[in-house]
Amino acid sequence: MKCQHCEKPATFHVTEITGSEEEREVQEVHLCEICFREYISQPEEPVEPAASLLGALAQQFKIGKTAEKLAKLDAQTCPVCGISFQEFRQVGRLGCPHDYQSFGDELEPLLLNIHGAVEHKGKRPKRGASQRQGELLRLRREMQEAIEREDYERASELRDEIRGREVD
Amino acid sequence: MKLDDMTQRCGEWLRGSGPEADIVMSSRIRLARNLADFPFIRRCTPVDRQAIVKAVDKRVLKDAARKDAGLDKILLIDVNKLERVDRQFLVERQLISRELSESEGAAAVAINESETFGLMINEEDHLRLQVMHSGFDLTGAWERISRIDDFLEAKLTYAFDDRLGFLTACPTNVGTGMRVSVMLHLPALVLTRQLEKVFRALQKISLAVRGLYGEGSQASGHFYQISNQITLGRSEEELIEQVSDVVPMIIEYERKAREFLIKESQKDLHDRVSRAYALLCGAQTISSEETMDLLSSVRMGVNLGLIHDLEIPVINKLFIHTQPAHLQKIRGGSLDRADRNIERAMYLRQNLRPDGNGSSKN
Repeated sequence: MKCQHCEKPATFHVTEITGSEEEREVQEVHLCEICFREYISQPEEPVEPAASLLGALAQQFKIGKTAEKLAKLDAQTCPVCGISFQEFRQVGRLGCPHDYQSFGDELEPLLLNIHGAVEHKGKRPKRGASQRQGELLRLRREMQEAIEREDYERASELRDEIRGREVD
Repeated sequence: MKLDDMTQRCGEWLRGSGPEADIVMSSRIRLARNLADFPFIRRCTPVDRQAIVKAVDKRVLKDAARKDAGLDKILLIDVNKLERVDRQFLVERQLISRELSESEGAAAVAINESETFGLMINEEDHLRLQVMHSGFDLTGAWERISRIDDFLEAKLTYAFDDRLGFLTACPTNVGTGMRVSVMLHLPALVLTRQLEKVFRALQKISLAVRGLYGEGSQASGHFYQISNQITLGRSEEELIEQVSDVVPMIIEYERKAREFLIKESQKDLHDRVSRAYALLCGAQTISSEETMDLLSSVRMGVNLGLIHDLEIPVINKLFIHTQPAHLQKIRGGSLDRADRNIERAMYLRQNLRPDGNGSSKN
């Protein structure tokens, strides 16, 4: 087989894969060594930056938001764990499972950006448990706060309630 | 089973068997899971962190039925109680992440005897399960980890949302919480400078390429990990398929590049491999980077039949055992860089020389 770019025998057979995942296009290219070197040193169209979370976050929040609106978003906190949206935005880690609800409106476009989807497909736990999720978290935090303000009566009430639930 | 005993052996995933093991070093699947009753790690109090380790130990690792789930002979290691060198040792063996090794507050890892299963507790998520198999065996790894996951789920309440799936501390892992990765040894693609092209194609179909030690690590020893980026909106089987579809193509590219090198420049290749082997057998002091590089050439040389008196598992082991913490554990004391380089050269000579300062087989 001859090189597609000159007359020399082709020694490199490249399979080019282009297109999206759904429509993968495969193209065979046959080249001699010299043409091959040239071929691979060609700059390609720039590759989109990898799905880096902080990058995606920054991108999403720059678009169409006034400073005032941003500040308001940042000040939101999760009622269960107390993390602010600003903290999440800075470190890229959420504070508790409930944040996915608390910051749902902001997370939705982010998830779409990262995963191209917002609905889980795949394995599900056999035991349905979503009802009580978050409650223990909230109670523990309330107990912690009660201790901090030295309201020991409330703290011990909360402790009993937590114990009762932990047994379930 | 104790941590110190591990210096005498190596993880079963290094044994160099399984499909396509000349190019595929290992197949790994990890699942990120969180307990519904605790905040994510960032908001955990020290008491929460201890309670999580305790809950996993009591309800899972000490459960009578654990053996049926394939959780036999498990060693639970309290990472906090480990010396720095021991933490690094576990990182080098791919049993814990750098993040866990640097964690403050209760953190642990449970591993099985063959080191093919690991469960990190209190890493970025409460639980990070991993199964690692030798060669190209994602299906086997998935069957195993899914079974262990079922067992854990029966004992602990996972944070799960009907719409979003398994909830994770970082939104990049939500959904399946699954990372599927295959570690490939691609020296010929590096030599023929085709690698970048292959990787650019991978990025287009949203697969990630990382080095030997995961995120942000250098691709030393010409090892590359291919893994999925997306975790939400596709089932576990689909995610596995996405990686499984592309790996044979990369293997094929690597084989073609090897054939090309043999055909077009066999003398050069043979020379490179033989020199690498000779250096490893004769060096008196050698850095970790140079070792990885030379071992990579030797590994390819053995696979191409250019070296006859060496076996792949021996080389696989050397990639891991010549790293800093391993050398110090084997030697039994702390060594500075210069001493490590001397120790490394000695260890290599002992393990490689066919005439036997130490055996060439483990």
